Amino acid sequence: MNKTGSGENKNRRTTLLLSGLVVGMFGFGFALVPLYDLFCEVTGTQSLSQRKINPADLQVVKQVESDRWVTVKFDATVNPNLPWDFQATTRSMRVHPGKTYEVNFVARNRSGDAATGQAIPSVAPWQATPYFSKLECFCFNKQTLAGNQQTDMPLRFMVSPDLPTDIQSLTLSYSFMRLKASKNKTDLSKLLPQIARQSATESNLPNR
Amino acid sequence: MTTTTLNHDEAHHHDMPTGWRRWLFSTNHKDIGTLYLLFALIMLFIGGASAMLIRLELFQPGIQLLDPDLYNNLVTNHALIMIFGAVMPAAAGLANWMIPMMIGAPDMALPRMNNLSFWILPAAATMLILSFVVPFFPGGGTQINTGWTLYPPLSVQVGMSMDFLIFAIHLLGISSVLASINIIVTLLNMRAPGMTLMTMPMFCWTWLVTAFLLILVVPVLAGGVTMLLFDRHFGTSFFDAAGGGDPVLFQHLFWFFGHPEVYILLLPSIGVLSHVIPAFSRKPLFGYKSMVGAMLTVATIGMVVWAHHQYTIGMSLGAVTYFMIGTILISIPVGLMIFNFIATMWRGAMTFETPMLFAVAIVLMFTFGGLSGVMLAVVPADMQYHDSMFVVAHFHYVLMPGAVFGLFAGVFYWLPKWTGHMYDETLGKIFFWTNVIGFNITFFPQHFLGLAGMPRRIVDYNMMFTEFNVISSIGAIIFGLSHLLLLYIVIKTIRGGKKAESRAWEGAKGLEWELDSPPAFHTWTVAPQIK
Repeated sequence: MNKTGSGENKNRRTTLLLSGLVVGMFGFGFALVPLYDLFCEVTGTQSLSQRKINPADLQVVKQVESDRWVTVKFDATVNPNLPWDFQATTRSMRVHPGKTYEVNFVARNRSGDAATGQAIPSVAPWQATPYFSKLECFCFNKQTLAGNQQTDMPLRFMVSPDLPTDIQSLTLSYSFMRLKASKNKTDLSKLLPQIARQSATESNLPNR
Repeated sequence: MTTTTLNHDEAHHHDMPTGWRRWLFSTNHKDIGTLYLLFALIMLFIGGASAMLIRLELFQPGIQLLDPDLYNNLVTNHALIMIFGAVMPAAAGLANWMIPMMIGAPDMALPRMNNLSFWILPAAATMLILSFVVPFFPGGGTQINTGWTLYPPLSVQVGMSMDFLIFAIHLLGISSVLASINIIVTLLNMRAPGMTLMTMPMFCWTWLVTAFLLILVVPVLAGGVTMLLFDRHFGTSFFDAAGGGDPVLFQHLFWFFGHPEVYILLLPSIGVLSHVIPAFSRKPLFGYKSMVGAMLTVATIGMVVWAHHQYTIGMSLGAVTYFMIGTILISIPVGLMIFNFIATMWRGAMTFETPMLFAVAIVLMFTFGGLSGVMLAVVPADMQYHDSMFVVAHFHYVLMPGAVFGLFAGVFYWLPKWTGHMYDETLGKIFFWTNVIGFNITFFPQHFLGLAGMPRRIVDYNMMFTEFNVISSIGAIIFGLSHLLLLYIVIKTIRGGKKAESRAWEGAKGLEWELDSPPAFHTWTVAPQIK
């Protein structure tokens, strides 16, 4: 009799321990949200597209490679919660690495109300990301359009001569995201670390 | 002392419930095991039906039967029903039936929780099937076209059927976590006196590890889909880039669960093999301790290599290298298990009854699936194979032999014990051969399709892929229909047949074979003494 009693106690203890483990792992799932960022920061395991560039390399003024051509394609999308039309006026162009070019994007607010958005750039293939420099870009700042306003958004860019030669074509893609009203205090540089990082590398580029 | 013991026993015996009460209120491990197995059998046919529709659509290029969204909904449905509805409950059914009988315990440690963990399943399955059905009704929203991985942002945009699916996953998770707790408590506390962890039957070891894996990873999946639910309805932005979230985070959460899940599906079948192969080779299992060690190693490494499912997301070189090496390392302990099985068969007095046929097929075909797994683990090669039919072929070669054939072997091996009747050996062998041949005709050509560049999860395909798809679909018809024979054999055996002895197989060893066939409603009420 006594033995059965202690057996049940033992079962209860094991069950409680295991239930604790279950609850702990559920919490761990949520803890992973910040932990992944932390892990990448501590170990430097960043994704390849965010690889740090040695600023010294960029200080060297590179020659324009006038005998080499790279095709740059432009892609523009808008997140559904921003009622804007957003297009690249040039779909694609051939450029020389090392030379600066300018293209225009056009954004139009379809609704009658003012709205603020921020364009998020990304380059495909991602291996090309560190070699695509935006010297001047509407994506550096948040953009506000009044109701039904249409505006040109210029971009000045350069493809670095260091771009590996096996990449002959790359795509620059923008997604316009809506920024919430200021009560949310959305700090974009925190939300979108890649922008902050890219802007930082761009400020190191030689002026021309 | 004697009087109290008697009263205790009477309390158990005086009312054996009958009719539906026996099943709905059951706290008996054998009845609950039966319920689990029957439930899994039903789900096998539902999941199989969706697979048949998929193969029928892929019989020819072009869109014949299914529109693309419905096709992808079927793909999602097939995967979730098979994994959560068929394989996991079937393995839990074997555990419920066999673990108390193998370790000399009167029942599971927590019988009422056992009842709960089964009866959550029909509710979960209803939700799962509703998630498939709801879009067909007016206002039902869009189909779940994400595949079973439920990647955002698509899964955030799917209609209300996704909410059904999320709750179904919650329920399935609760059910398997409860069952796991029960199994661990039983194995740790209820072993017969004298049975240590290192002398416990191998099937118990595999389930101990499986149950721990389930407890560690299922809550993380539950957390992940909870975040998905919050993103969908409560304005959070865990995975929504527009609000600062990261869709890749979901992939990490999902595969943190999803990769160990592969071993959760595999290990119980490895446990079954560790009983079937010695029984029909008439030799003890070769390398018991190394099997335990290999299994623990597989489980440990298996927990930390999940991102090999996501090589193409753009991780750093260091990260992909780590995940590649970790993944390939797993083939060493898995190889050890396979060699142990071969060494057990070596120079044994082998006979090839149906369970043994399945066991030999597993050793061959699971190894093959493992080899294509090593190919997929290599980063530069995977960039080519990723999301192609090669992946489909690979994981069906791992999961069909590795998990499902193991369960078939277990069912045929223990069916005489459960029912008290021998199954029809001729029919069993016919089932084996149609099943295995059908399986290989279905999935082997998919390797070639994948290597030639046919992507998975797409309803239509290029003309050049037609021949192999026709072969694959014909194989699928043979493979699918062969399961009707399984159903027939199981029903026939339950209803009658040659009387099984208590030791139904000549070479079978273990406590479960010392009980009658079928065993009494309550067994091992007095624990056996193990020397």
